[in-house]
Amino acid sequence: MNYVPSIGLEVHVQLRTRTKMFCGCSTAYGASPNTQVCPVCLGYPGAMPVMNAEAIHQTVVSGLMLGCEIGTFSKFDRKSYFYPDMPKNYQITQYDKPLCLGGGVAIVVNGAARTIRLTRIHLEEDVGKSTHHAACSGVDFNRAGVPLMEIVTEPDLASADEAMAFLLALKQTLLYAGVSDCNLEEGNLRCDVNVSVRPAGQEKLGTKVEIKNMNTFKGVHAALLYEIDRQSALLAGGGRVVQQTRRWEPDSGETFPMRSKEDAHDYRYFPEPDLLPVVLDRAQIEAWRAGLPERPADRRTRLVQSYGIPVYDAGVLTADRAVADFFETAATRCGNGKAVSNWIMTDVLRLLGERNCTLAQCALTPETLADLIALVDRRTINLPTAKGLLPELFETGGNPALLVTARGLGQMGDADEISRLVDQTLEANPRIVQDFLGGKQAAAQALVGQVMKLSRGKADPQLASKLVAEKLAARKG
Amino acid sequence: MVPEINKLTVRQAVDGIRAGAFSSVELTRAVLAATAKHAALNAYIWLDAADALHQAGAADAARQAGQAGALLGVPLAIKDVLNVAGQPCTCGSKILKGYTSLYDATAIARLRAAGAIFVGRTNMDEFAMGSTTENSAYGPTRNPAAPDHVAGGSSGGSAAAVAGGLALAALGSDTGGSVRQPASFCGCVGLKPSYGRVSRYGLVSYASSLDQIGPLARTVSDAALLLGVMAGRDAMDATTLDKSVPDFAAALQGDLRGMRLGMPREYFVDGMNPEVAAAVKAAIARCQELGAEIVEVSLPHTKYAVATYYILAAAEASANLARFDGVRYGFRAAAGDSPIEMYKKTRAEGFGSEVQRRIILGTYVLSSGYYDAYYLRAQKVRTLIRRDFDAAFTQCDALLTPVTPAPAYRLGETMDDPLHMYLGDIFTVTANLAGICGLSVPCGRTRVGLPVGLQVLGPAFGEEKIIRVGAAFERSGGAVP
Repeated sequence: MNYVPSIGLEVHVQLRTRTKMFCGCSTAYGASPNTQVCPVCLGYPGAMPVMNAEAIHQTVVSGLMLGCEIGTFSKFDRKSYFYPDMPKNYQITQYDKPLCLGGGVAIVVNGAARTIRLTRIHLEEDVGKSTHHAACSGVDFNRAGVPLMEIVTEPDLASADEAMAFLLALKQTLLYAGVSDCNLEEGNLRCDVNVSVRPAGQEKLGTKVEIKNMNTFKGVHAALLYEIDRQSALLAGGGRVVQQTRRWEPDSGETFPMRSKEDAHDYRYFPEPDLLPVVLDRAQIEAWRAGLPERPADRRTRLVQSYGIPVYDAGVLTADRAVADFFETAATRCGNGKAVSNWIMTDVLRLLGERNCTLAQCALTPETLADLIALVDRRTINLPTAKGLLPELFETGGNPALLVTARGLGQMGDADEISRLVDQTLEANPRIVQDFLGGKQAAAQALVGQVMKLSRGKADPQLASKLVAEKLAARKG
Repeated sequence: MVPEINKLTVRQAVDGIRAGAFSSVELTRAVLAATAKHAALNAYIWLDAADALHQAGAADAARQAGQAGALLGVPLAIKDVLNVAGQPCTCGSKILKGYTSLYDATAIARLRAAGAIFVGRTNMDEFAMGSTTENSAYGPTRNPAAPDHVAGGSSGGSAAAVAGGLALAALGSDTGGSVRQPASFCGCVGLKPSYGRVSRYGLVSYASSLDQIGPLARTVSDAALLLGVMAGRDAMDATTLDKSVPDFAAALQGDLRGMRLGMPREYFVDGMNPEVAAAVKAAIARCQELGAEIVEVSLPHTKYAVATYYILAAAEASANLARFDGVRYGFRAAAGDSPIEMYKKTRAEGFGSEVQRRIILGTYVLSSGYYDAYYLRAQKVRTLIRRDFDAAFTQCDALLTPVTPAPAYRLGETMDDPLHMYLGDIFTVTANLAGICGLSVPCGRTRVGLPVGLQVLGPAFGEEKIIRVGAAFERSGGAVP
């Protein structure tokens, strides 16, 4: 029997506001525990929440980017449960009147395009972070009150690969929207996974299992593969899936039961009396819509048209908004889109990977890269010289033209000078010359290499090749 | 030295200090002496004489340096539910033992900026839940007019302090009558502002959609003065309204000619204490003599008010009080094996029985399966009650009613019968449900000397109207003999 999975995700995204959802404390990551707290986010007696308007704005922008309908009347509710990381023992969230409804995310898996429907997007406050030590536990409330957007999908995803594709596409859109850093290491993006399986051909969804608090995309993928197998095997063996919440253990690669439906919380939602409903007028929403950043798909098309680069290149470059921004700045400056694209896709992305950093963190600016490429295009330096300079520009920055002058790296473009080097090379390498004359075409390249070496890399490679070919042809003749 | 300066009105005290008749330090000493003399009233549950005198000294120095301030040097008593930086704030509960406020409530900050000094913390029913100030972890407060009777509640300590001369004025909080009822029981003035008039930031929440901070004072004029200082939009409380604060002092001068005052039929019922009924009716007759036109109006949903109030207030309280868990501040029971164990022990030992009763009630009415039948239904009835008042205020400028059906209870009288106590809130909870303003003014005494109050209810943000009526009544001789 074949089993068909249905997967729904609840993605929690920390917004990129300067201050917390309901108070003025900083949202910056990494500060010493409990240094970004106040009576409001610590739940002190008498403290009251005040709405962060920017969080509302960023949530609506996210909704507009994802094609949601924006609620003109939205409100906040209290969700009650006791946990030490929750200062008030209720979370301020949105229950029945979220800011955004509907919408969807387009994905392509194995060449097949699908749209995954969103149920809703609502806004809430993050909780603190518990740490457990040998003899005690501690709570850091710096995170408590950070604006958290929850994006809920319909159970439209049918495989672990689709879930992965969805998360990547969602992350890309959120980065384009500029509403979150989407930094998984810093917990900007966390995910609850709902998954059920049913026999192929059956309409009704199977019993669902929830896997809580996943904080890597790889984890979501692996947990789904495991859970789909587990549930399918259970059904195939005549068993039944129990509705429950499970925990993913990355080390063992298994999920384990946390709690069953019977111990599910009764959250006792009711409208938050300390906050007024959020009423957005149509004109405001339309103004925000007009100011939306370009969506990734639109940008791909435009890059192909404006810079004359292949569709494949545009796909790679637009995967990350920062990379696409970098590309556009550099391509506009030097006027050679294809060269900039090549440099980014091969050298720059490789360096970022090796150094494990982002464009914003490295010293290379789009202007520097454009100037470097322009030096090559003007034949001031040759390509190998340019490539040799890149790691330094990446690490410490600098002005390529000044570096070239200071170090005498300018290209040797004088035909007589290169001609002399070619003659020297042919004299010094009779064996290779013989190989060529004996019919080994590749030997010519080896000779060009020797010429380049003799020029200490500065010879114009095209000119060197041309002269080598001419002189070899003369000997042949 | 002027005799009994602790019994002056706030305005007299401000004038006296300004004129150099006495200093803030002298005034504060007189208040502290009265406090010591009447310690048996148990009006204060915390008082720091040295700190009070230090504040008074600073006020005197400020005066000499040429500073003015509407309340410069005036000693106030603060209900133990409002945060005053550096002072305890226990809410009459064991669970907040050891907690020290980190900040001033907005109302406190505004009074402080006007020069007020904060003598101490007054007793209250735990977390403002109660109508007698007997539900306090720090013992009951006695009524200065009759020490074997309760002071009312939940702001009983504040009412007793004002009536007994232990403060020139005080702050209370009113969720279902907790300012007006103790004012009525003790014989002073109590004002509940419209919802959204005074910032709740720093007021420990009981029921957020009903709570308001209000002044207790010896005169309507003093209450208006304090209200004027505290009122107005606060960025820290999203439920405050961005409405300009009127000149309440101007309202004090008006007379009653041309005013239409309504008598709600449902507030004059059989079974009321006849002496209370007689005193209130006499007060209404006086208002008529003063030129007001008296009309009968109807508030048909009044009979549902107490049930509606206890559902909504308990529901909100069940969430508001969840933060008292022993994790971050206050009392923590000897730790159990798990956080849940610790919560259970801390809350079982830290909260008194009335608070536990309301948390359980509130948890129940919000539970899945019961929400629609209780919470949602109560919200709908609340809307009907609000509409009753909207309709009534198209026929009159303000309403005149008793504050309570009976005068102060004897100590212990209602302790075993919470329902009896709840029913006593019938005439006060409606104002909180509707978000309107209300004033309690002394209007007489029973044969045995228990004070009786007249309640003046006005439309939302119509404080000038109730102040005008209360001040005119007071000027005409006040309490009817």
